[in-house]
Amino acid sequence: MRLTRRSTLVLCGGAAAVAGLGFGSASASALADEIERFTGGATVATGLVSLTAPEIAENGNTVPIRIAAPGASAVAVFAEGNPLLRVATFRFGALNPAGVASTRIRLAKTQNVIAIAEMADGTFRQASTFVKVTVGGCGG
Amino acid sequence: MISRRDFLQIGMAASSLVGAGGFGNWSRLAAQQRLTQDHLLQFEAFGNVTLIHVTDIHAQMVPIYYREPSVNIGVGANRGLVPHVTGADFRKLYGIADGSHSHYALSSDDFTALARAYGKVGGLDRVATVVNAIRADRPDAILLDGGDTWHGSYTCHQTAGQDMVNVMNALKPDAMTFHWEFTLGSARVTELVSGLPYAALAQNVFDAEWDEPSNLFQPYRMFERGGAQIAVIGQAFPYTPIANPAWMFPEYAFGLRLERMQQLVDEVRAAGADCVVLLSHNGFDVDRKMAGEVSGLDVILSGHTHDALPEPVLVGQTLILASGSNGKFVARVDLDIRDGRMMGYLTRLIPILSDVIAPDAAMTALIDSQRAPYMAQMREVVGEAGSLLFRRGSFNGSWDDLICDALLSWHDAEIALSPGVRWGPSLLPGQQITREDIWNVTAMSYGATYRTEMTGETLSALLEDVADNIFNPDPYYQQGGDMVRTGGLSYRIDLSQPPGQRITDMTLLASGERIDPARSYAVAGWASVSEGVDGPPIWDVVERHIREQGTVVVPPRDHVRVIGR
Repeated sequence: MRLTRRSTLVLCGGAAAVAGLGFGSASASALADEIERFTGGATVATGLVSLTAPEIAENGNTVPIRIAAPGASAVAVFAEGNPLLRVATFRFGALNPAGVASTRIRLAKTQNVIAIAEMADGTFRQASTFVKVTVGGCGG
Repeated sequence: MISRRDFLQIGMAASSLVGAGGFGNWSRLAAQQRLTQDHLLQFEAFGNVTLIHVTDIHAQMVPIYYREPSVNIGVGANRGLVPHVTGADFRKLYGIADGSHSHYALSSDDFTALARAYGKVGGLDRVATVVNAIRADRPDAILLDGGDTWHGSYTCHQTAGQDMVNVMNALKPDAMTFHWEFTLGSARVTELVSGLPYAALAQNVFDAEWDEPSNLFQPYRMFERGGAQIAVIGQAFPYTPIANPAWMFPEYAFGLRLERMQQLVDEVRAAGADCVVLLSHNGFDVDRKMAGEVSGLDVILSGHTHDALPEPVLVGQTLILASGSNGKFVARVDLDIRDGRMMGYLTRLIPILSDVIAPDAAMTALIDSQRAPYMAQMREVVGEAGSLLFRRGSFNGSWDDLICDALLSWHDAEIALSPGVRWGPSLLPGQQITREDIWNVTAMSYGATYRTEMTGETLSALLEDVADNIFNPDPYYQQGGDMVRTGGLSYRIDLSQPPGQRITDMTLLASGERIDPARSYAVAGWASVSEGVDGPPIWDVVERHIREQGTVVVPPRDHVRVIGR
């Protein structure tokens, strides 16, 4: 008997390709460079921006995220473990002061997702959350 | 009647909250062979509201044996805390006398001898007797089912959950939440849930496409009891599509949904709730963390991880109760709700000792009618247990060792993998093994076995990934099962290491050689969450193996070396 799906793990809870496993992340300097391209090297504080994502992704290929940064002019989303680190940039005009957006992103593996908001006064704020991408355990 | 240890409990409780839990003076009575149903049910009604909690029954309608784990490892902030305390340490913690029936029901050692003395546990006709007795005392008690109810037996599989729906309807719960029920598939879940005469609660089940709350479930239900408004919020197992096959219920998304949980607590409080109860399938460690992060929860009735604790655990002002599994316990929770808040509590975890509690005749007849069409098939004797067969344990149990042996043999594989589920009754040495017994530890809607090739590198990544789902120090990143069981493969696991670095010394037991990352190995397993696996079902594989053995002896195995506990 052979499995019908190639490169598929078939443990209890197993459905991800092996390449999707792993716990490392891109080099810190690559991420810092990418963030600097957005912030221009400005200091980034926390607060005023929120990022909501599942603790464990149900499907790493389509992970729902929501950002909320009232009063922000732009929010960039970074996935530190993806080949392309900046995954989205949202721009908010004066008629959209709520600064809320939802989308789905692809995550290559377990990693931190970071949202950085550029506020109306030109300062920067960030929030991050850890999202696990797994082949699954064996729920009791 | 408040005993001395009840006063101790009050002393430990948060300042404004008066309460007590635990058990009476049963051990001495048992030692004198005088334990009766009246002793088990003795309870002086307290306050003005009663909750009754059953959870994780896994379709066990008739009495069984069920051994609690001797190894139940907690990590991070939960290291060394209940429910991760077992055996003599557990008995010492709760003041349980050796050889008492509480020892038998709640811990693991001397299991065979105590099982012979005290007999089987569970049986929904005995549960009915207990529920009826509580209702006689407190007619408007709220009966809550924590889920994992429509899964886990021969008849449940053959009827796609109908047997359990019929029996539970007769027990008349007020609300239920869900996990394994989804493995019946979306269409069947919709059919059964739509027809339920009680509330189907799950605040965290969403429509996968639109990421909006599912219409099939309600987030909460308000009950007016004893002059108070009681809000019961439901929480299904947050990681159902990860731990179980998502392709069987692609319309649904889950998750912890903490923000919505807090919004709902605030909403029901604003709507006049005097007491907020969470009917949870989170698992105990997740519930303990959530109790500290969501404010305004009075009681969490915790399910999923199958823990049985004789007293509630307090987190701030929130009570968490763990009421066991497989029909082995019924929890009674009496609350004093006054002036918009919980002023006190009295709880009891009632063990369903089948030989002590009389069956409810009407329920026995109903259960028998569900089983009758299948009796000939179910009762066929396949072999005999030459040693104790049990499942629970963080790394292995004799049932799963046997299942791995059967997989290795049928598929002529080098390595076998078996899921770390926690359901499934035990069998005593000398007991006959029937087809029903095999289905009790294997029945599921995706029970096909497989044989595949995996490199050593893949195997290592797989064990690391599953280990992080069990032993991540943050409960929110755990899935509440046990470690995947391995046959033909030994390894060392260091729980103090970070993800990806816990597993070392993987060794092929047949040759004694270290696993080569580059070599390919023949691996057999079952319960894949992938679609399209079409090997022989696990129950056939296990039945043939047991028939070949006749009497099955599974000695204790130590192929997993655990350090950093």
